Amino acid sequence: MSSYHLDHLQYLETEAIHVMREVAGEFERPALLFSGGKDSICLLRLAEKAFRPCDLPLPFLNIETGHEFPELIAFRDRRAQELGAKLIVRTVEEAIKQGQAHVSPGEISRNRLQTPVLLGAIEEFRFDCCIGGARRDEEKARAKERFFSFRDAFGQWDPKNQRPEIWNLYNARVNPGEHMRAFPLSNWTEMDVWEYIKREQLEVPTIYFSHKRQCVRRGGQWLAVSDILPPKANEPVKEMVVRVRTIGDIISTGMVESPADSVDDIIAEIAAARVTERGSRADDKSSEAAMEDRKKAGYF
Amino acid sequence: MPHSPHPIEILRFNTCGSVDDGKSTLIGRLLYDSKSLMEDQIEALERSADITGGGQINLANLTDGLRAEREQGITIDVAYRYFATPRRKFIVADTPGHVQYTRNMVTGSSTANLAVVLVDARQGVIEQSRRHTFIAAMLGIPHLVIAVNKMDLVDWNRERFLEIRDQFEDFLPLLDVFKDVKFIPLSALNGDNVVDASKHTPWYEGPTLLGHLENVHIASDWNLSAFRFPVQWVNRPNNPTDKKLHDFRGLSGQLAGGVVKVGQKVMVLPSGLKSTVKEIWTLAGPLAQAFCPQSVTLVLEHDLDISRGDMIVGLENLPGMNTELHARVSWMHPRPLQAGRKFFLKHTTQTVQAIVTALESRVNIHNFESEPAPGELALNDLGEIRLKTSKPLVFDGYTANRLTGSFILIEQGTNATVAAGMLFPPLEVVKPEYNDFAI
Repeated sequence: MSSYHLDHLQYLETEAIHVMREVAGEFERPALLFSGGKDSICLLRLAEKAFRPCDLPLPFLNIETGHEFPELIAFRDRRAQELGAKLIVRTVEEAIKQGQAHVSPGEISRNRLQTPVLLGAIEEFRFDCCIGGARRDEEKARAKERFFSFRDAFGQWDPKNQRPEIWNLYNARVNPGEHMRAFPLSNWTEMDVWEYIKREQLEVPTIYFSHKRQCVRRGGQWLAVSDILPPKANEPVKEMVVRVRTIGDIISTGMVESPADSVDDIIAEIAAARVTERGSRADDKSSEAAMEDRKKAGYF
Repeated sequence: MPHSPHPIEILRFNTCGSVDDGKSTLIGRLLYDSKSLMEDQIEALERSADITGGGQINLANLTDGLRAEREQGITIDVAYRYFATPRRKFIVADTPGHVQYTRNMVTGSSTANLAVVLVDARQGVIEQSRRHTFIAAMLGIPHLVIAVNKMDLVDWNRERFLEIRDQFEDFLPLLDVFKDVKFIPLSALNGDNVVDASKHTPWYEGPTLLGHLENVHIASDWNLSAFRFPVQWVNRPNNPTDKKLHDFRGLSGQLAGGVVKVGQKVMVLPSGLKSTVKEIWTLAGPLAQAFCPQSVTLVLEHDLDISRGDMIVGLENLPGMNTELHARVSWMHPRPLQAGRKFFLKHTTQTVQAIVTALESRVNIHNFESEPAPGELALNDLGEIRLKTSKPLVFDGYTANRLTGSFILIEQGTNATVAAGMLFPPLEVVKPEYNDFAI
């Protein structure tokens, strides 16, 4: 191989930086969706690579369900501060109080409710583009997603009417009220994300690593016991050595039994894994088109 | 997949064929047999098999992600799939064969190193096969695989395989852009010659499809001979408390061609102003040189007026610069193209206004001959057009550089992406002494 050669991570990195800079070049009020999860941690490093030595030219936005792992919130706040970025947080709780979001009878998960809150924040700050950490390898409906994904005035994704995306020429034009979602990690796999975290020596929240935790068994998954998810009467509680593979909210994220306590261990574990990362998320299992339906409504 | 410490290359390929040629099945088979499928994905397949497949696992359901696709049993949009072997990582674009979705094939092909064109062994070459092969050639994909699928349904007949190869070879010489063309007899449904060699083809000595994908020599697709740097974003920290940052003025972008070195003389186009590269800034520290397609930030010796959309180039192998353009286009919108229409044209990092001044020809997909002066170009038509832009484009011919030789047209008002364009080489290039007096 010649010296003018990029390996797979360098290729994915330069592609992602190019997308980030296109967002900065094409939009007036972009934002970056930062949850503190592993994918958005990669986004932060890519933003630094795209925009330093400048200040990051876009604020971070996070929609809080109120069901987060506390470690994640602390990590999110600290990272934003370290990078000197403005962090905007909007909460499902506040939106329910103000009547912008409504809980369906019996609905416990706040997953669906993130959507109106996100769209509310986009309207409030008149964001014309939100950078997200979604990857096409995560899920079937996402496999059809564009790098620049157009959303109409209702925030909706129309999968049958997407703009063709040719070469690296992204059509970023939107009319007032419409917006774009941009996904620099489109071509990354779960393995790529961890390999990048390793190469760049990125810090991740401690819940990705093996730790002791009280768990209950529900719907074929181990869920973490917390104030939000207390054990039911007579429900057996087991202390286990677990970690999370993907982070959703605290009531639907399956804990994986794992001794992996370093990035190297995690990479080895993923290499040997026999289920996908979303296999541990109850919110995606409800029907085969669960993600497609949520995305059409304006989900991340 | 064992984790390899060696540098792994990415190979991007797309699969194309007409409806029912078995594209999605082939990708499903590649994923399944290379053990890239996970248990929950196989479980989901089995669940859907009970509904749609009469109990048989349908590998196509892996890529047909949208509800309408599963219901109609067709692939609507480009689906991207990822898998890896210890040798390579693969990005697969599954491109639909439905004639009204041919625009997606152009999309999937635009970034591919290799195209897999599927043909049904019973049917042989049909119009779609010719069209897909032609598009792959037009988009400059260097490597081509003709996968002769459903060989089990012609009893693994060698004569039939050779007949189909002859059918292709009748028109392949017209498409002399491919570096290599490989014919592989296979059955995606049963897995013959996809990952594992088939017992049914003792007469075939070539590699399996995966074997070929792992080993085909992908000499760099990138143009490394002519330095091209479209400015994406001007990096001005303007930090009053830090003297060094206060004066920092960087030009951020991705090299679209060639190599750049510190100390190299460069020219900024369209202004023609010249300067020298003072620093190649990256977060990890300064570089002595950078090459396509790296993303970097350049600092020049002189504080020139440069903004997004300008192109920084080397003084050798200069590009063309013109407002009058000649291009091949793939028309992608139901509203046909007529001469006289105005669009936004996005080329590298620049968006300008453009008017289509003439429709020169339309490609007849049966014989690849040009039919002159068509009245319009309809959805899925390929043709040659002339354009005039509001500002000069700094460009190369598409065959020399896919990144500086391509553009898209955007309809004003709806903002729909309506065409993909490939520029013919410039008739004359910028002269090195252009604007010499400016500094």
